[in-house]
Amino acid sequence: MYSEKVMDHFTNPRNVGEIEDANAVGNVGNPKCGDIMKIYMKINDESEVIEEVKFKTFGCGAAVATSSMATEMVKGKTIEEALAVTNLAVAEALDGLPPVKMHCSNLAQEAIHSAIADYYNRKGIDPTGIVGCNGCCEACHGHHDEEEE
Amino acid sequence: MTKRVYADHSATTPLKKEVLDAMVPYLTENFGNASSIYLEGRESKKAIETAREQVAKAIGAQSNEIYFTGSGTEADNWAIKGVAYALAEKGKHIITSAVEHHAVLHTVKALEKEGFKVTYLPVDEYGMVSAEDVKNAITDETILITIMFANNEIGTIMPIEEIGKIAREKGIIFHTDAVQAVGMEEIDVEKMNIDLLSLTAHKFYGPKGIGALYIRKGVKIKRFIEGGAQEKNKRAGTENVAGIVGLGKAIELATTDIAGKKEKLSKLRDFYIKEVMERIPFTRLNGHPTKRMASNANISFEFIEGESLLLMLDMKGISASSGSACTSGSLDPSHVLLAIGLPHEIAHGSLRVTFGDSSTMEDAKYIADSLVEIVTRLRDMSPLYEDAVKSGRV
Ligand SMILES: Cc1ncc(COP(=O)(O)O)c(C=O)c1O
Repeated sequence: MYSEKVMDHFTNPRNVGEIEDANAVGNVGNPKCGDIMKIYMKINDESEVIEEVKFKTFGCGAAVATSSMATEMVKGKTIEEALAVTNLAVAEALDGLPPVKMHCSNLAQEAIHSAIADYYNRKGIDPTGIVGCNGCCEACHGHHDEEEE
Repeated sequence: MTKRVYADHSATTPLKKEVLDAMVPYLTENFGNASSIYLEGRESKKAIETAREQVAKAIGAQSNEIYFTGSGTEADNWAIKGVAYALAEKGKHIITSAVEHHAVLHTVKALEKEGFKVTYLPVDEYGMVSAEDVKNAITDETILITIMFANNEIGTIMPIEEIGKIAREKGIIFHTDAVQAVGMEEIDVEKMNIDLLSLTAHKFYGPKGIGALYIRKGVKIKRFIEGGAQEKNKRAGTENVAGIVGLGKAIELATTDIAGKKEKLSKLRDFYIKEVMERIPFTRLNGHPTKRMASNANISFEFIEGESLLLMLDMKGISASSGSACTSGSLDPSHVLLAIGLPHEIAHGSLRVTFGDSSTMEDAKYIADSLVEIVTRLRDMSPLYEDAVKSGRV
């Protein structure tokens, strides 16, 4: 059911780990829903380029693969470019996700936004205008009651 | 190709060679419609009646109390709706448990929408229904008690004989979904006071798409599928003769040496559980420590998610299943794991291994060894594990 690309990123996830001296950390999802993604970034204050990025994910194959792909897509990008990476773009880069797994790509997008919001918060800048949210998104809200009928 | 280790026998089993051999003639030369009066028809009819006797014998019933269905799911639907509609005048209350298969749960849910009242009995931490709870839930309105024989996810074996006794004393019809239990536990519908029992061939090395419902003589039940006069006018549709023959042969084979099979399987299971629990920290055995199916080992691994676990096992050639949300097609983990009180995040990390005829000690060892490696790998990737390390829990 998963594409080869998804399986590749699941089997050999890129950028797994932590960054000790990260200046941007995002943490989204919740264990109740079965997926959590934590993302660490080192952003250059001058150029606003994301120089390093790592992640840790608790979740299904799609959650791990989208985390891996999303980190690849923002590495070396500016904050502005990273914010323009959509969940659809991540899913497309993986040659698509099964419909029931599309919410996993939201997780990755929200994690990126959450980390960038954290970056601004640490600097004492209100991120709402730039990031579009304060970084407290929950990956699985709205999905819970869809099961029946 | 890597070798495959199949450890999902509660999902389904391969067809036994003897069963296939018994079936083949009824797919080819003996193709007659069992309702026809000429020779070919009579041959099919005879084969069906032989199978009916085989099924009856396996559960201590009379052959005229066995009705063939298209699946275990159909048998459950029929038993429950059939009794509910037949006895609706008498009362509208049904007692079941929180850990039933969806074939039962979704059926009673549908009846609730039609005005029936359903009591979902809770289970203890081992997934056990209490017979005392069943007794206390009975009202003047109760028309049916439906409690599964053995749970498909965690393997817990319910106190069926006790519940049967209570039901009989109170004069209430008792149905049990014995889909997982046939061939794994001794079943005697007389001794256990069972009025209706569902079973399906594909769980005991028979073909898929054929099941049966035992209906005790005298039990009032509405017809479920309208049409011709097959199955004594109770279940219409031209009989799946080859399937029925396969079911008969499979149940005969599956119930000849239950004790021997249980001994073999429980050795594998106990070895596997011990290996995993001793070598991997932060694990939990789900289900009853002793009153469980000999084939079933359900273990939760903290900090990791079940689907990832299954994908990695699959790459190592191992087939198993999980109660995680991602594998259930919904976003909630299995209702059974939640009913035994597991927090969501631990329910998401559960793994069900079910051994069967082909399983060996090497299989059990190989699965345990693979898990040691895979669980470590997934935990290294898990933010929950990282948190646990940082907080000093690990
Ligand atoms: C306990 C239980 N009841 C019912 C069923 C459904 O049986 P079938 O697959 O024949 O519809 C299953 C199997 O999935 C089961 O494990």
